Amino acid sequence: MELDNIEKLLEKYFEAATTVAEEETLRTYFSQESVPTHLEQYAPMFQYFSNAKEERFTKQVPLKPRRNYIKWVSVAAVGVLLIGLYFGQPSKSSDPTDLAEVYTQAEIESAQEALAMLGVNFQKGTAQLSHLEEFEKTTNKFLTKE
Amino acid sequence: MQQSEFLNVVMPFKDKLYRLAKRLLVSTEEAEDATQEILLKLWSKKKMMESYNNVEAFAMTMTKNFCLDRLKSKQAGNLKLVHSNYAEESSGLQKQIEARDSVDWVQKIMEELPEQQKLVLQLRDVEQYDYDEIGEMLDMKPTAVRVALSRARKLVRDKLLQKHRYGIG
Repeated sequence: MELDNIEKLLEKYFEAATTVAEEETLRTYFSQESVPTHLEQYAPMFQYFSNAKEERFTKQVPLKPRRNYIKWVSVAAVGVLLIGLYFGQPSKSSDPTDLAEVYTQAEIESAQEALAMLGVNFQKGTAQLSHLEEFEKTTNKFLTKE
Repeated sequence: MQQSEFLNVVMPFKDKLYRLAKRLLVSTEEAEDATQEILLKLWSKKKMMESYNNVEAFAMTMTKNFCLDRLKSKQAGNLKLVHSNYAEESSGLQKQIEARDSVDWVQKIMEELPEQQKLVLQLRDVEQYDYDEIGEMLDMKPTAVRVALSRARKLVRDKLLQKHRYGIG
């Protein structure tokens, strides 16, 4: 490559009037060992551009989207839940039917008696509570008046 | 679009995305993350990819915008960790080291350029795109690209000359 030509190209280069091909010739020219001293100052620029193009992206990119996987896990979870509900219910509903077969008549009667006593005592408790309510009403009256 | 098809489309210009990201973000790790982010974004939009007439230019624009956003974000203060390129040093000749040194200076000078000039210089002198393509990527008119490029080249030249005359300073 003639020196004259290179100098012209350089001038055009700094005016951004060169084509891609012309810039390529400049880069190849400056990549060689022997460059005239007055042009040496430009060499690092072109060498740098050539070097910079060598850099590569080496990191692996995980392209498989994880969203799909999560979606199917949730579908499976719903399935398991439904199966659990379906098989869980009948065992509970079958319990009270054979009460008479498991316990004797006397046992059932004593249980009923105990429950009746509990009922009566519970009634007493609630009656007491109504007194308490009355008490609160009167205190409220005092509080609102003051 | 299958993964292999996607890779065929993306692989030819993924290095370009990375280099552009690195030019703007300086740090290698940041640039890698940015590139990965852009590729994943492209992958998630793969159905729309066929409708873009120039996927490469679109990806470059995405990268540019993403990196500029990163720089603007709060974390920008953390991006100053400069990666210095220690490549293989086979022979310790003084001349070679000197040459390397001034080549490295170009990188440092480029880091100081305004973002637009940085981008134009990267896209033209490193990646060798046409003015029209650069205009499309940066949303500029080709004439504006030319002006910015000329300014950037002259700036690099002048700063390089300064370094040579006054030494490191």
